[in-house]
Amino acid sequence: MAIHVKATTGPTGNQTRQHGKGRTVARVARTIASHGVLLGIGVFFGLPFYWLVSTSLKPDSQVFAMPPVWIPHPIMWRNYPRALTYIPFARYTWNTLVICSLNVVGTVASCSLVAYSLSKIRWRGRDLVFLVLVSTMILPAQVTLIPTFTIFKWLGWIGSIKPLVVPSFFGSAFSVFLLRQFFLTIPNELSDAAKIDGCSELAIYSRIVLPLARPALATVGLFTFIGAWNDFLGPLMYLNDERSYTLSLGLQRFVSQHGAEWAMLMAASTVMTLPIIVLFFFAQKTFIQGVTLTGIKG
Amino acid sequence: MKGKEQRRNLGYGLLFAAPWFIGFAVFTAYPIAASLYYSFCSYDAIRPPRWVGFQNYHRMFVEDPLFWKSLWNTLYMVGVGLPVSLAASLGIALLLNRKLRGIAFYRTLYYLPSITPVVAASIIWLWLLNPEIGLVNIVLRWMGVAHPPAWLTDPAWAKPGLILMSLWGAGGSMVIYLAGLQDVPEALYEAAALDGAGKWAQFRHVTLPMLSPVILFNLIMGLIGSFQYFTQAYVMTNGGPQDATTFYALHLFNQAFLDFKMGYASAMAWVLFVIALTCALVVFRTSARWVYYAGEAR
Repeated sequence: MAIHVKATTGPTGNQTRQHGKGRTVARVARTIASHGVLLGIGVFFGLPFYWLVSTSLKPDSQVFAMPPVWIPHPIMWRNYPRALTYIPFARYTWNTLVICSLNVVGTVASCSLVAYSLSKIRWRGRDLVFLVLVSTMILPAQVTLIPTFTIFKWLGWIGSIKPLVVPSFFGSAFSVFLLRQFFLTIPNELSDAAKIDGCSELAIYSRIVLPLARPALATVGLFTFIGAWNDFLGPLMYLNDERSYTLSLGLQRFVSQHGAEWAMLMAASTVMTLPIIVLFFFAQKTFIQGVTLTGIKG
Repeated sequence: MKGKEQRRNLGYGLLFAAPWFIGFAVFTAYPIAASLYYSFCSYDAIRPPRWVGFQNYHRMFVEDPLFWKSLWNTLYMVGVGLPVSLAASLGIALLLNRKLRGIAFYRTLYYLPSITPVVAASIIWLWLLNPEIGLVNIVLRWMGVAHPPAWLTDPAWAKPGLILMSLWGAGGSMVIYLAGLQDVPEALYEAAALDGAGKWAQFRHVTLPMLSPVILFNLIMGLIGSFQYFTQAYVMTNGGPQDATTFYALHLFNQAFLDFKMGYASAMAWVLFVIALTCALVVFRTSARWVYYAGEAR
């Protein structure tokens, strides 16, 4: 289970075999050296995870122990139920999941329509609209922050999840961009033939393009889900009732109130991170697809 | 007939793109205009905005030392943090772009931190960077550093600490580099080697030019992300120590949602907009000189 991308280049990639024993030894040495370097860097990326989990399983006395305790003894599984009941974890998870799912539905539905228009229908001004759409991606969120807040305030939506959900039904530039990149790879002959057979645009969109674009839709859905799961600024601005907090917000509030309860904090952080990592292992292809689609070409 | 089809296409094109048009009008175009207007007003989100001319801008440039401090802090992340993390992720991508048993394991390991939820990652690093019992300083002491930095509690080391944490998340741009590296044709390396190019010359004259569109993409994305740096500072330091981590977006948020100086915050947002846009334009303008698109030559 790992990222599988085919390696085509690289200095160690294609050493030839016909050389003598000295060459073989040199190659083995280089392989070992490579693993050494990669493992060394791997410590930097991996050790924080180990420390996270190990702290989460320590009795309080070992959390602050010097020299550090690497393997907690006894293993305090109890920290988990303690952390998960201390903060209303189930409720926060549920709130987060509701927001995530609605965002996924909204984004996939609206962005696929827009991307269809920008890739499969030839209309005047289309390229200009696409250019504007792409350029909104470099707009700092701070510029629209306050007026957007006032709009939702005027609508009376502050304190509800609507400000975190409704905008997703009106397209997000990045998702439209990704889907358009994919739609462009679907041959126009398919839609043109269907049009000659008298298919409506809606039928072409729903019966031809969408089924073919399933991997790209999955990618956009996945990225949207993770984005909403991780979002902090949105909930911070719009959710003011503790019962409607998301995991991000709930966890931050917990830190600011109980900064020193490290074992519990680490347990809570582990539980918040785990679903994303599990999701990654189940949907690696979809992740990689996203990287490819990020569309450096075009 | 031609005209009729054109009109039909225009109709459907606009219809399918309608979600984005509405979203753009309500959540982008109107807010941009409104925040420009608010920036010349005294506005607390309760009473209607009151026109005050350039007062907000005057206060910002002349009377608010924290504005300059926060701008400096953010520019530090843009000028120091971003190049460091772009270079690191490129370096790691180069290391990972080879055929080696178990390479997929390393790729996964390096990538996982980048999808860890920001709030969870912030809590983990708050713990790792603890001056006395944090893992980072434990390792540094073990390596022989007698007085490791106090990181987030020392104004001089707080930002480098946050940059260290951002390096942990370098996997996101790493995979994009990796995808780009895999598109470099092997033949180019072979041709360069035949011409007597060594490893460095190959990197300098084959890898870098072929990768330049990807570097541009990561640079632009990183630029926009760095200008909006917020959540980590909000969760970990809330601006301290001595405002060393009061980043621009954090100062702006506090002005708007703690002090309810929405007019002032809007003026700040516009200044940020102008600075970010200028940087992006400079990058795009100069990119003609250093970005090489293979497609154009083909």
